[in-house]
Amino acid sequence: MMSKYALFLGCTVPVRGLNYELSARKVADRLGIEIVDITDFACCGFPIAGVHHETGLTLAARNLALAEAQGLDIMTLCSACTGHLTKAQKHLSSPRGTEEQKKINDYLGGSNLEYKGNTKVKHFARVLYEDVGLDKVKEAVTNPLTSLTIAPHYGCHYIKPSTIFDGFDDPINPVSLDKLIEVTGATSVRYKNRLQCCGGGILSISEDTSVKMVKEKLDNIKTAEADAMTLLCPFCSIMYDEYQPTIETSFDAEYNIPVLFYSQLLGIAMGLDPKKDLAVKINQVKVSPLLEKVQANGGA
Amino acid sequence: MINVHEMNPDFKSEVAKVHGGENIKNCFACGTCTVSCPVFATNPEYNPRKIIRMVILGMKEVVLKSDFIWLCSGCYNCYELCPRDVKITDLMGAIRNIAVKNGHLPDAHMASLELLEKYGRLLEVSEFENKVREKKDIPLLKAEIPDIKSLMDKTGVMDIVGGDNDE
Repeated sequence: MMSKYALFLGCTVPVRGLNYELSARKVADRLGIEIVDITDFACCGFPIAGVHHETGLTLAARNLALAEAQGLDIMTLCSACTGHLTKAQKHLSSPRGTEEQKKINDYLGGSNLEYKGNTKVKHFARVLYEDVGLDKVKEAVTNPLTSLTIAPHYGCHYIKPSTIFDGFDDPINPVSLDKLIEVTGATSVRYKNRLQCCGGGILSISEDTSVKMVKEKLDNIKTAEADAMTLLCPFCSIMYDEYQPTIETSFDAEYNIPVLFYSQLLGIAMGLDPKKDLAVKINQVKVSPLLEKVQANGGA
Repeated sequence: MINVHEMNPDFKSEVAKVHGGENIKNCFACGTCTVSCPVFATNPEYNPRKIIRMVILGMKEVVLKSDFIWLCSGCYNCYELCPRDVKITDLMGAIRNIAVKNGHLPDAHMASLELLEKYGRLLEVSEFENKVREKKDIPLLKAEIPDIKSLMDKTGVMDIVGGDNDE
């Protein structure tokens, strides 16, 4: 199936997750997902929704309207953007949201925009899982990562609240990321409390709490002896990758757990150039030992 | 110690009128939210069951002025598991919205609003990012998206966070 989407970057990806964006673009291209860039996209509205609901909804509607004007659905990389834009889409196209839709479209009128509720939203991994399909993803794997064990981090907004995702994956026992890992040839590792939240949502409110949440997950992944973890959200990546050295210092611990965006993991399995195409140099925790392990086992 | 004379019995109804707060009165205090909460497991200062009880009891001032209402990480565990469909994650959003109207906004969130107003994004895009984008042959990012400020002017959010909006 041919897919065409407006790529929604949000705030974090292009500044602190460029490795995610670059690798996702390369992988999408290989798999025949056509990407349209809309440079007027701005913040999804998620960070403001808890402060002022209507503004959060208005910002989401503006992005949805920009894609709708081109007759496109949106493909997201950030899970928080995914959740917030999907929630807004569901709410504004429901009978309950009719009043708000009218009011928000009045606001958007000043920018010659209108959101009718047609444009929908899908996370990049969900596009791979549903549109491209596991079989076709597997066919694109030329360099199976059979020597690797990978701990999946689903994150929260990729699957929850499940009521807005039309039965895409099970919120209590999700499988999509495990299956996406397994088509690369790697083994997906079960570990304790695997659905634990990264704590990124309260980093600016209580860094101490978030950091302890991150430490617990890193401890659990270390116990499971995974070679690396893979994830789907730039903020989760900040917590587990960028914060990992800080946590090692403050808790006198040692992890050295490489944290790859799923697009990077899949890209390695597709034989893409880790540095040039997948920007692994941007990852905080060194990815090279992982690549050496792949190579030693006859990989690219 | 709780002084019943300082309670505001209408608070729960005020919350129930705000988007996300509609189902608060469904709560029968089973505690599923608290035991499934990853924040509570690390920092017991955030206890969703207790916060809901406080709202139902009418402890308006204490709740709205508190730091703990800003500690929900938004993971939706409780939302998925709540047997009474209280939609707790959204409920915390509703309580925060009311707190903001009453002049209580954490500095970190104020800083985010100011960045949004200025850039249209939470993070500033510098020349560095666009240089990389140019090199990689992907579309450059606009440094500012002024449309966001005009929409924020229309919704009046900056006036609301500015002060006392309680009716």
